[in-house]
Amino acid sequence: MAYSTKVIEHYENPRNVGTLDKSDDSVGTGLVGAPACGDVMRLQIKVNEQGVIEDAKFKTFGCGSAIASSSLATEWIKGKTVDEAEAIKNSQIVEELNLPPVKIHCSVLAEDAIKSAIADYRKKQVRRAGSTKHAK
Amino acid sequence: MAIKLPIFMDNHATTPVDPRVLEEMLPYFTTKFGNAASRSHPFGWEAEEAVDHGRERIARLIGAKDSKEIVLTSGATESDNLALKGVAEFYKDKGNHIITTVTEHKAILDTCKRLERQGYDVTYLGVAKDGRVDPADVKKAITEKTILVSVMLANNEIGTVQPLEEIGKITRERAVLFHSDAVQGIGKVEFDVQKMNLDLVSITAHKMYGPKGVGALYVRRSKPRVRLVAQMDGGGHERGMRSGTLAVPLIVGFGKACDIMLREGKAESVKLAALRERLRSRIMGQLDEVYINGSIEHRLPGNLNISFNFVEGEGLMMAIKDVAVSSGSACTSASLEPSYVLRALGVGDELAHSSIRFGLGRFNTEEEVDYVADLVVGKVKGLRDLSPLWEMHKEGIDLKSIEWAAH
Repeated sequence: MAYSTKVIEHYENPRNVGTLDKSDDSVGTGLVGAPACGDVMRLQIKVNEQGVIEDAKFKTFGCGSAIASSSLATEWIKGKTVDEAEAIKNSQIVEELNLPPVKIHCSVLAEDAIKSAIADYRKKQVRRAGSTKHAK
Repeated sequence: MAIKLPIFMDNHATTPVDPRVLEEMLPYFTTKFGNAASRSHPFGWEAEEAVDHGRERIARLIGAKDSKEIVLTSGATESDNLALKGVAEFYKDKGNHIITTVTEHKAILDTCKRLERQGYDVTYLGVAKDGRVDPADVKKAITEKTILVSVMLANNEIGTVQPLEEIGKITRERAVLFHSDAVQGIGKVEFDVQKMNLDLVSITAHKMYGPKGVGALYVRRSKPRVRLVAQMDGGGHERGMRSGTLAVPLIVGFGKACDIMLREGKAESVKLAALRERLRSRIMGQLDEVYINGSIEHRLPGNLNISFNFVEGEGLMMAIKDVAVSSGSACTSASLEPSYVLRALGVGDELAHSSIRFGLGRFNTEEEVDYVADLVVGKVKGLRDLSPLWEMHKEGIDLKSIEWAAH
């Protein structure tokens, strides 16, 4: 199958590869997919006091389209507020990367990864709010 | 010597036409263009003679006694269809049971499925971890109703060579016909229709440096005389078994390819096995968590099927895009299912997704092997740095302990 130039570009120069400290309360981690299905994405966000995603990192086990989708996702969410990032739809990723129908699941996984990282971040915030209240 | 890119290491998919083969074919496109079925003029006689010569060369390579036993077809898929459907139809009063294995090519499996829908019973034998079928299982599966056993010579994905000689003893003793899709192994591993008691054999030219679009079905003519019902109606060519004007230039090329294999196949296999070992040791010497799929001992000399744990196969193929290989990863198939062959060996889906098949052939060199091995090693390392699974593995997390959400 021929890849779009954008997929190849992201695949060859993936943005924001890496790992953030999972135990940091300002970091949300999303781990989606399954090894048996051939795709696993881990996407992490670091959110500042203003609710803006100031850093994002990913690691992906998967095909070129999966790697490109997660690379693009991190690029897009950096600088966005959590709410803005949450509104990103997989169809936007499909359009940007010209993914063929057989690769749409890669974009779905990237959207899931964003949502999962945000959910993890929010859970930590609730927990932190709870524990600070408790301390008072 | 500078490496010329791209490098072709997908010789199980197809092979280039050997220049010596092409040379012999060319006149049959232009000046010697006759129809082999034309009995009334020299153009036809010339074509018929060329076809007969090709047929003899094909027969000789597989150990057939009589070149009349070679039915020319468009390729092995057609040969498989003709063998299974033709035998099933002809012998339906004798029985309706066929035995095959789960790792056969789709040309066998899908033909069997169609026969099942028509009321035939098919037993699909499992294989061991090394990909081999146990002849004792064949023996146990044979019933009064069994008319045919079909087992491939060598698997197209993992290169595993099946124990045809042992199976042939059993089928002969039980008077059951024995067919083999021998596409992948002919000329590369030991093969002889007499020694293996084979009654029907499918072969194709384009896996042995001949042209695409021509194949053959060996149909034994004595002890036993195998009968089959033609699956295509027409002029009654090929003694009524396969109608259609013969593709004379392709048959000439097929014959030449067989002749080269007969003369050079043995030496070539030794060379290929050495190249394969060079590739294997150079990769495995530099990487952890790499697994070979299929038997080491009973294997096509040019085949290396390996799984690079924590790296997805299609992703890796993209990284080595100047090297033509194939993968058992789901992502390379339209179905998104990983290789059914690797599954049959009990290879987990994770490792099936991480598999790459290298198929070495006549024209690969040591320089190419070294280049590819080092390229693969570098890219696997890079992709592992990108893989969350590799990171977790390095941290000592058991990936099986995680509840993954299947998607």
